[in-house]
Amino acid sequence: MTIRGGNPVITYGIVLVLGILGPYLFPNYTFQLAVLWIMILFAQTWDVMGGQMGYNSLGNIFFFGAGMYICVIVQIGLYYDVAEYTAHFGAVKIDYTSSQYFNGLILGIIAAALGSVVFAVLFGLIVFGLRGPYFAIGTLGLALAAGELMGTWDYIGGGGGITVPTYPGPPDQRSLVFYFLAFGAAVSTFAFLKWLYSTRFQLAINAIRDDEDKAEGMGIHTLRYKVTAWSVSAFFLGISGAIFGNMVGFIEPLEVAFPTITFGIFMVVMALLGGKGTLWGPVLGAIVFHIIKETTWTYMLGWQWVALGALIIINIVFFQQGILGWAQEKWPEKFGILVEEKDRVIDANEDAATQTSEAAR
Amino acid sequence: MTSSIEVKNVSKSYGGVVANDSVSLSVEPGSITGLIGPNGSGKTTLFNSIVGYHPIDSGSIEFEGKDISRLRVQQIARRGLLRTFQQTRIYSKMNCIENMLISIPHRNAAWTDMFRKYPAAMTGRAENLLEFVGLYSKRRLLAGSLSFGQQKLLEFAMALMNEPTVLLLDEPTAGINPTLINGLIDRLKRANTELGITLFVIEHNMRVIMNLAEHIYCLAHGRMLASGTPDQIQGDQRVIDAYLGAH
Repeated sequence: MTIRGGNPVITYGIVLVLGILGPYLFPNYTFQLAVLWIMILFAQTWDVMGGQMGYNSLGNIFFFGAGMYICVIVQIGLYYDVAEYTAHFGAVKIDYTSSQYFNGLILGIIAAALGSVVFAVLFGLIVFGLRGPYFAIGTLGLALAAGELMGTWDYIGGGGGITVPTYPGPPDQRSLVFYFLAFGAAVSTFAFLKWLYSTRFQLAINAIRDDEDKAEGMGIHTLRYKVTAWSVSAFFLGISGAIFGNMVGFIEPLEVAFPTITFGIFMVVMALLGGKGTLWGPVLGAIVFHIIKETTWTYMLGWQWVALGALIIINIVFFQQGILGWAQEKWPEKFGILVEEKDRVIDANEDAATQTSEAAR
Repeated sequence: MTSSIEVKNVSKSYGGVVANDSVSLSVEPGSITGLIGPNGSGKTTLFNSIVGYHPIDSGSIEFEGKDISRLRVQQIARRGLLRTFQQTRIYSKMNCIENMLISIPHRNAAWTDMFRKYPAAMTGRAENLLEFVGLYSKRRLLAGSLSFGQQKLLEFAMALMNEPTVLLLDEPTAGINPTLINGLIDRLKRANTELGITLFVIEHNMRVIMNLAEHIYCLAHGRMLASGTPDQIQGDQRVIDAYLGAH
């Protein structure tokens, strides 16, 4: 989905420059800005399934948490015994050298991405037997169960949580490093999806969204596409989880790793708010949502959940198409969608005309 | 010569309702075969059984000499046996060209084909087929914005794009403007002769099916009532009785 008339290079340029300068312009908000990039990544990855493929997953947060835990296990396990570390509830401080720390972090992020994909394939083969609301509830159950199960697994700290290795450097540098990791992850997600939507993949998952039975009837390998779509989401969510866990510094199953009713729902709301099934919609939705959320949390404390609930209701009841969806309906030509001036039925004349032209050839 | 489709004693019931009771028929390669019968006689159920939408209770179905009774919808479609729907099904939020492009054959689709782009030749083919059904001027419109008749034509074009060897058409003329029906009959015949696609057609419009098919089967109450050439069927008292409700 491209917007005609606008110059994409300028748009991308502005976003990239703002992204790079952000933490220097607003040094006090580096953490918030990093969270914003992660939110953008959330909305984009949710939209692959919910918007483009019509499969509303409420459990995508599972991959966020899975990635977070995989990363920290790799970071600690590389140089230390994880079980012994967690047994002391973080009382043991590990002082990693810079190279130890960054080796662990990079390997951890890679493992988080790949591990999440493995989970997406395994669980995908099971939950893709479900459709519509059953799929939504099935995936929600997956995320909720994961949070509870992690809470009982002592190896990774159980409900008490696990402390990530300390960053070997000053705090300012630390927040910059994680800001740019989050920024890079969100931009890579966007770039990857932009490429992915230029291939056959987009048409196939759009076809699944519009009529999956028809897609099956035409011989499309629907399961293959569905599992791949979920794996794409899982890959980037796993990375975001690995980064977020290290940003926060402490991982705990219910609130940090598998926050189903906060981040898990936010990713759905952001994609819907911006306009699902579009490339820019989730990005826009995440920014607007994040601003609204931070404003209500600051100025309406105590009522913030009410305000958020009201936003969700207004969005779902009155504004389902979202910001970009609304813009597309209003100015379809700008988005390369053609509409007829008036709905004409092909009449006999037109048909006769095509037949004559066929005969003439 | 092996038949394209060989249905042998196929039965299918939904709870206590017997939709197909030991039905047998065969569709010869290169032919246009008709399937008629009053409402509720089990025509669409038989189509669904052939393309694998539901398991059959007993009997067997062969496609080009190989048993397909236990295969799933996608596997059957990839072998080149395709169907269109009575209630037209297209991808409504995609434009006509996109509807056509996604309908290319998936027979030998490798895993990596998911990430390939469409070569220009394929778009050309899609445009040619849209022109063939008279929708070329609408190719950039969203399929969901087309009229019912146009969607039906689009679905037919999508089926041709898939290069099937046998195409099952469920009431291709239902809901189509009567002035267009002759054009559609002509196109069905050309798909058969020029593209070499074997057609198996459910049709309620007697004028259409008598004009189109070389061989016609008539179902009534889930059983095979009669079969023969259009002339034989038209003169068959049992068929006339079934349609007039003598049963």
